[in-house]
Amino acid sequence: MQRKAPGGERMSAYAARYIKPNDRLTSFERLEIYNRQYWFRVLGSLAEDYPGLRAVLGGRRFESMCKAYLTERPSRSFTLRNLGAQLETWLRENPLWLRDRRVLALDMVRLEWADIEAFDGQAKPALRSEDLLEVDAAKLQLGIQPYVQLLELHYPVDDLLLEVKHGDDTPDRASNAVQERRKHSKVRAVAKLEPAQIFLAVHRLDYSVYFRRIEPEEFALLNALRNGKTVERAIELAFRRSSIPAADRATFVQHSFQTWAALGWFSCPKETRTVRKFAKKEHSWKS
Amino acid sequence: MPGNRFNGFTDYGIGIGLRAPHYDHILSRKPVVDWFEIISENFMIDGGRPLHILDQILEQYKVVQHGVSMYFGSAEKADREHLRRLKQLVKRTNTPWLSDHLCWGSVDGRYTHDLLPMPYTFEAARLTAQKIREVRDFLEIPVAVENVSSYAEYHVSEMTEWEFLNEVVERADCGILLDVNNIYVSSRNHSFDPLTYINSVPADRVAQIHIAGHSKFQKYILDTHDHPVIDPVWKLYDRAIQRAGHTATLLEWDDSIPSFQEVHKEALKANRFLQSKTLAVAV
Repeated sequence: MQRKAPGGERMSAYAARYIKPNDRLTSFERLEIYNRQYWFRVLGSLAEDYPGLRAVLGGRRFESMCKAYLTERPSRSFTLRNLGAQLETWLRENPLWLRDRRVLALDMVRLEWADIEAFDGQAKPALRSEDLLEVDAAKLQLGIQPYVQLLELHYPVDDLLLEVKHGDDTPDRASNAVQERRKHSKVRAVAKLEPAQIFLAVHRLDYSVYFRRIEPEEFALLNALRNGKTVERAIELAFRRSSIPAADRATFVQHSFQTWAALGWFSCPKETRTVRKFAKKEHSWKS
Repeated sequence: MPGNRFNGFTDYGIGIGLRAPHYDHILSRKPVVDWFEIISENFMIDGGRPLHILDQILEQYKVVQHGVSMYFGSAEKADREHLRRLKQLVKRTNTPWLSDHLCWGSVDGRYTHDLLPMPYTFEAARLTAQKIREVRDFLEIPVAVENVSSYAEYHVSEMTEWEFLNEVVERADCGILLDVNNIYVSSRNHSFDPLTYINSVPADRVAQIHIAGHSKFQKYILDTHDHPVIDPVWKLYDRAIQRAGHTATLLEWDDSIPSFQEVHKEALKANRFLQSKTLAVAV
């Protein structure tokens, strides 16, 4: 526990002013039980949510970094689920914690937060083919499910995170030698990771989270749709800097849309939701 | 006394805490369990697997909600987003009552994620009761407050913990989730007689009882929920049941969680106390 209270007073004297000692523990020792439990809980929560970042930074540095983060940005949510919500922003403001692995570590933080968001993010009603019947094709907009997270990354951290998680899935009762081998394997995996730009959709299917590599054009198209562009405009934007031959683009778009529809990534855009609601109201009038 | 207004007049038996390691067993084997207690915060989310699992559980079992971060004792008002999400969940589960802890844990919107002990003052009791009433009015279901285990006491306290509990529940007109393990833990940490505590609680307000295991250290006991219930806690439970009658009881096991069967077997030990009470009433 910190030795000084906020006003500069010794913590033992500060604790004694508020907390009764008993026949076994001083006021300071009683307060320290809570202090230990606090750090045990919040550090454990971040270690559980960010195993990839922990592998990139190393256990000791990760813990020191988390303490600094939580001291500056203590939890402002009723749930521990949101404890790392500001970690990426904070790390960008405090890059010294990342040393020479700044880009890799930031990629990993973004991926691990996306993992959390994809796991329990909102799923809106999925788009049905009949929702499109009365929509003007030129004005057609498609919503992307909120739980689908789109990332542009500089390292293939998806592979690294899967490797780290796979190692962590092995039984807890592993011997010291096994744990040591696992640790070295993670260190090797981090060290050998070469930069490579990737585009990723972090999504869920049957309530499990998956990392799906996508093409740059898919990434641009999905982002444009999410930002409310019409399908027509989104396609234009997606191929602005594309190397895909013009003759192949229609097939590319068709295949992409089929895949995303099959994965349930489309939700009803605002306009079609209004149509659906209105149609229901009309039906009730007739009945 | 099968039920009271503080547990929605329900007649629930022995429940188990719904925990992730047991999901597969429960959904595939469908064991006979009276009810499950969920930690509300784990399901106050927008979607995904936790809510999918909960919906499957709700198809077959009764569920009661238990919260860990309402912080009735924190001076600030209840967070509106928290309340909104909690109410959504209440509608989903149809929980007959809802419980959270008699503690504080947040200051100026910063959360400790811990259950910190209250200063036992009349002013704290007044503010806490007011907050309980506000939460209950918003959620529109009975609320029960749980006594926490503690490791510290304040100089400013004006009464004992059980007097404070009574003061709060009378002012708030709410129920009590009586955690007999917490009473035992606190009694050892603060050197009081746990039976005095049990005997002082208004029995007609006991909506639910918690039992659990704990960890013993050299100078204090920690409420860890990672061991079976020890005999002195069962004795306190027996006394609580003698006073409150057949009361919904839940075994908490939150760390080093063993198999579902082991947890269930431990929970069902409570039956011998509940049934003897029922027989005594029949005779």
